[in-house]
Amino acid sequence: MSQKDWPLWEVFIRSRQGLDHKHVGSLHAADARMAMENARDVYTRRLEGVSIWVVESKNIHASNPDEAAQFYDPAEDKAYRHPTFYNVPDDIEHM
Amino acid sequence: MNALTDYTLHLADNQLILGQRLCEWCGHNFVLEQDIAMSNIALDLIGQARSYYQYASKLDGKKSEDDLAMLRGEREYKNLLLLEQPNGDFANTLARQFFYDVFHLFQLEDHLKSSDESLRAIAEKAVKEVRYHVTWSSEWMIRLGDGTTESHARLQHAVNKIWMWTGEMFEASAFEKDLIEKKIISNPKDFKLSWDQKIQEILTEATLKLPLEEPYQHGGKDGLHTEHLGYILAEMQSLQRTYPGLAW
Repeated sequence: MSQKDWPLWEVFIRSRQGLDHKHVGSLHAADARMAMENARDVYTRRLEGVSIWVVESKNIHASNPDEAAQFYDPAEDKAYRHPTFYNVPDDIEHM
Repeated sequence: MNALTDYTLHLADNQLILGQRLCEWCGHNFVLEQDIAMSNIALDLIGQARSYYQYASKLDGKKSEDDLAMLRGEREYKNLLLLEQPNGDFANTLARQFFYDVFHLFQLEDHLKSSDESLRAIAEKAVKEVRYHVTWSSEWMIRLGDGTTESHARLQHAVNKIWMWTGEMFEASAFEKDLIEKKIISNPKDFKLSWDQKIQEILTEATLKLPLEEPYQHGGKDGLHTEHLGYILAEMQSLQRTYPGLAW
């Protein structure tokens, strides 16, 4: 079994305080179970997290950098999409 | 020395010597992920060894934990012969690890019920680590046993070769008999059947065969070691022997 036969997996970890899983890196593994254990061994040895997601890299579809202009630039001048135009009453906390 | 000190040293030596053996793989493993996985296990064991040496030092009242770990002679080490056997190939290291991990877990679960507070406290921390070790080694036994023709043949060969060293785990030494009598620990024979069942279960799934002959090697608990331990100690102790009192 050589490493080049093993697919690449992306690893997402949720930290103790965190609510979301964050991408932390990738690794090689023969299947999901091995990917999970490898992720535990490689990415959680310093108490980084309490939950792991792994997904085979081939299942991730990334946006094309060449399309960045049409994808993202149009949002630049749409400040009204941010919910900053409301007056928050004084007795509402934690906003 | 009393039986509890001897037993604590036996436990300390088990983890130290196997930890040292696993450290030999660091930087040489077949994939990066397993290099880290095996080093993690090594560090778990060395951490446990430290707890036991600290306790042994307290019981002993004279030697420090460092002296106990690093400055004893070969005949004073009480680790199982199984654990000092050379790494060989990955299959050989794995078979050694698997047989020990399963035993180690039963042993710690027994310590959780011990009347000795320190053994119990160390077991409470170590048992979580060793549960993962069992998961890790069982999985790899199944993957490689039920893998390719090559991996199956290598692992079967390793199982056959390492088998003769496994009996010692269940033979109570004089210091263990003393503690069994005082009800501080159970007789390791009491969990031999559970060990057999677990080993058989994993080997069956791994399509591997258990050797038929009775494992016959023993002596480690009494300080009678194979020629391999001397080399391990020479490497481990060379700095302390050459520069006594050397610190980081």
